Amino acid sequence: MSTVTNTAAAPYSLATLLNGMWKENPGLVIALGMCPTLAVTNSFVNALTMGLATLFVLVVSSAVVSLLRSFVPTQVHLVTHLVIIATLVTIVDIAIGAISPQVYRALGVFIQLIVVNCIILGHAQGYASKSTVYRSALNASGTGLGFTLALLCLGGVREVLGTGEFMGAPLFGERFEPWAVMALPPGGFFVLGGWLLAISWWKRRTGKKSAGVEQKQAA
Amino acid sequence: MSANPHILELRTSPHVHGPNSVQTIMSNVMFALLPIAAFAVFLFGISALALICTTTTVCVVTESLVCKLSKKESTLGDYSAAITGLLLALTLPPGMPLWMAAVGSVVSVCVGKALFGGLGQNAFNPVLVGLAFIHAAFPIEVSSWTLPLAEGRFTSFMGTTLTVPFLSPAAFDGITGATPLALQKFEHVTTGLGELFLGTTAGCTGETSDALILLCGAYLIARKFINWRIPASTLGSAFLTSLVFYAADPEKYPSPFFTLFAGGLILGAIFLASDMVTSPVTPLGMWVYGGLIGFLTVIIRLFSGQLEGVMYAILLGNAVSPIIDSLTQPRIFGARRAKAKL
Repeated sequence: MSTVTNTAAAPYSLATLLNGMWKENPGLVIALGMCPTLAVTNSFVNALTMGLATLFVLVVSSAVVSLLRSFVPTQVHLVTHLVIIATLVTIVDIAIGAISPQVYRALGVFIQLIVVNCIILGHAQGYASKSTVYRSALNASGTGLGFTLALLCLGGVREVLGTGEFMGAPLFGERFEPWAVMALPPGGFFVLGGWLLAISWWKRRTGKKSAGVEQKQAA
Repeated sequence: MSANPHILELRTSPHVHGPNSVQTIMSNVMFALLPIAAFAVFLFGISALALICTTTTVCVVTESLVCKLSKKESTLGDYSAAITGLLLALTLPPGMPLWMAAVGSVVSVCVGKALFGGLGQNAFNPVLVGLAFIHAAFPIEVSSWTLPLAEGRFTSFMGTTLTVPFLSPAAFDGITGATPLALQKFEHVTTGLGELFLGTTAGCTGETSDALILLCGAYLIARKFINWRIPASTLGSAFLTSLVFYAADPEKYPSPFFTLFAGGLILGAIFLASDMVTSPVTPLGMWVYGGLIGFLTVIIRLFSGQLEGVMYAILLGNAVSPIIDSLTQPRIFGARRAKAKL
């Protein structure tokens, strides 16, 4: 595994980036990394912080793993990757604590838990250890941005309904009735389910349309 | 097919069909609910009427929209959406802000029923899904009660009813009253059984009058639209569980008769637990299911922060009813009993 094995022959450009963000969005399409998706998306800022932290760890760990891929023996693959990821997570952890203690407290243990985020380890193991630095960083950026997008989708809806505010600014005036459930864990499930439903419905519609066009062209 | 008598006609089971269609059963359940709704309007006035109309309308409209969106034949004709709305109103407090009730109705029909594939596919009672959502989303409003038979209840709405959507109610009424369950739990004041039985107490819109609910339930049971085993086992199990605690410490725990007649236990046992879709079908399974619900209701009432345990007890019962069914399969005639497998 120390040489570059052939990966899927996808175009390595903007398309890769968009692929990770939309077509293979880790949160909303292939449903990976559900733990932070559900746990820390009770406000937009929390979701954004979590998304960016994950994006940073994902991109940098992919690049580093890819750089080191010819030096790491197969037997210690997993351990090496975990050490790299854990180092980066520690950096993020300390950085967030220094920048905003409030957000740090809100996110709590979930920052440290980025270490065990399956998206990151999956990327390191399945992609970065087999491809070039540029390719793996690009792919990781797409996935990371997609994950951030998914978190923001949830965080936005949950903050607006759960507190009546958006990024701390009240939207509906003083007497808004907060939907307590939206700020609680069940709200995460409800909103995630709603988004998954909406996206799969939209995909099916566009899928049907493009299939119809192709049929017409064939005929 | 009957033209040629010599052709052997082959069909798969079931070969014997009951005379009742979904429509007959549902319309009868609706008729049985109407007296209860009428009494609720008498007790709580036009606020209750508005609540019942709102939830029923929203449920029916949501159902028709869902049918349209999923391009299915309209299922309005089976009355199930209307019953969902009616029952939801009866399990909410009479002064519930109408927009919150409407949100609950949408959740009932969409999440509780349509997402599972419609009537007959739902794992949980849609009414209780909507109710649980309201309990989780608006915990204050759903536990604010109003005294019955208030003056001017037919001429003006309660202060909370006509709240502007997405805003919280301006102020709760001065006539807010605690339910018998709350009085018992927090102030150790036990409401008289006669009052509880007739229903002139504070409580959910349709849960107060046990006499009327039992009467309407008896009609449904007599016409075999609901199976008597489920209400019987639910109430019996709640009575026995409560009796054990009462015998251990009569000072601390309510009497078993209070347990039966206070709160929504009877309404839940007759109209919510007995839902055909979400309850077991085997006779033994029904006893187990009802027993579990009665037991859980008492445990939740006595040992949790919740006043009422019927809703969660029935939802938990719904969740295990497929397992109960598969564990209580009756022996096929002539077959030896095999080990039950999950």
